[in-house]
Amino acid sequence: MEKAKVEIDYTNEVIRIRGLKKSFEDFAVLRGIDLDLYQGENLVVLGRSGTGKSVLIKLISGLLTPDHGTIEVLGQEVTNITDKALQELRIRIGFSFQNSALYDSMTVRKNLEFPLVRNRKGISRKDIDLAVETVLDAVGLSQTINQMPSELSGGQRKRIGIARTLILNPEIMLYDEPTAGLDPITCIEINDLINEVQQRYKTSSIIITHDLTCAKATGDRIAMLLDGKFERAGTFDEVFDTDDPRVKPFFDYNFIR
Amino acid sequence: MDSVTDPINPELKKRSTFKRKLNNFFAEVYRIHLFIIRFFKEAFVPPFELKEIVKQCFDVGVRSFTLITVTGFIVGLIFTKQSRPSLVTFGATSWLPSLVSIAIMRALAPLVTALIASGKVGSSIGAELGSMRVTEQIDAMEVSGTKPFKFLVCTRVLATTITIPILATYTAFIGLLGGYVNVATNEGTSYTSFMQQVFQPLVYLDFTASLIKSIVFGFTIGIVGCYQGYNSNKGTEGVGKAANGAVVTAMFLVFIEEIIIVQIASNFR
Repeated sequence: MEKAKVEIDYTNEVIRIRGLKKSFEDFAVLRGIDLDLYQGENLVVLGRSGTGKSVLIKLISGLLTPDHGTIEVLGQEVTNITDKALQELRIRIGFSFQNSALYDSMTVRKNLEFPLVRNRKGISRKDIDLAVETVLDAVGLSQTINQMPSELSGGQRKRIGIARTLILNPEIMLYDEPTAGLDPITCIEINDLINEVQQRYKTSSIIITHDLTCAKATGDRIAMLLDGKFERAGTFDEVFDTDDPRVKPFFDYNFIR
Repeated sequence: MDSVTDPINPELKKRSTFKRKLNNFFAEVYRIHLFIIRFFKEAFVPPFELKEIVKQCFDVGVRSFTLITVTGFIVGLIFTKQSRPSLVTFGATSWLPSLVSIAIMRALAPLVTALIASGKVGSSIGAELGSMRVTEQIDAMEVSGTKPFKFLVCTRVLATTITIPILATYTAFIGLLGGYVNVATNEGTSYTSFMQQVFQPLVYLDFTASLIKSIVFGFTIGIVGCYQGYNSNKGTEGVGKAANGAVVTAMFLVFIEEIIIVQIASNFR
């Protein structure tokens, strides 16, 4: 499905990162990242495996702490925030994990209810059921409500993972390799779902991937992570209109043009 | 050149490796203490996960029940059987119920329960949390604004701390039943008479020390299993290590605690 036109507010930065550095022991993964995500925008972060793409969104969500730099999310500095404020901020951020990270011991219904029950104190049973049905309907998997995660296919797990984040109506979505390990048809379905989420829930998203089809289908802007820094950013065509040997193989391998 | 990787001076290298291992050991001890402090900070502050605590208590009880029943009975039976010849030598077989009760109540019941629970419950907690860690389920809880430590760790530690003393009491009862079967077979003692002799030598301190011991063992099994699982990494290998570490460390600590508590209790006798 062709990506519909969305309204992006380029005056409103929902994420603002400056001079971000992160090392693991002696290995510097991120070497001074600057990044802005605008209201309503889908930003795709491309890069080779192990270049720190997932580290970047884990830093944004406060799962990791940076060595240097600032990360401002929805006006709050993540690197200098109380536990309570971080917990409240996280409710406004949806995080879709690479392997979906569904809770194995819970049914789909319980998986979806879990963040809702814990973050909306006093919510009625009726409202919980309605919220669960709404997000399941949004991802097209209403029939799986009583199934266990182990009974779902890879694509279904991804969708339920996305549904679990949508149940809290997040303002920002962080997708970690949303199409990794899926067949082409399911990839297209996931890409369409990402675009639908952007339009229906008015989210701003960072999509981490090395799948160019996903990047082209979902991204309003592409940023390429090379050697720990964003060296190329712009529209899909702008980024790949180059002979840079670090970028070209990406394009050639995906046979996109 | 970094002395750790210096191939020329093996003595220096050996010393550096030892120093690094010692540093790692103290760092680990420090991390465990932080983990325990975090437990006390979060476990007794609302909201309480009562439903999850009850579920975990039920899980801990169910997981160990059959094994504890069989083991407790066999321990009681075998202990009585093995003690008999020595008492027969002195013509003191009538002391058997008292001997069995002191051994079971003071030492065997809490210890056997703790060792079985370390194997069944500790390994299960370590593997479960370890697997949740490596599949990012704990991270998923964290980013959805919930507190995984409270939900996963506090509930499990409280569950083992509550359930192990109950299981130890049950083990004592089953162990005494095993002892009774042996005594009844050989001496034809009635159940009432056996039980009267069982409780005769026991004093309040025996029950208190046994209860405190079981609570400490339960806490140890829970906190060790959770620590190993919650901090596991390196994929499936990490899950295996967490399960194994939970059992080995918990069993080791249970024996150390047994020595300490027995020593303290004997000062009050």
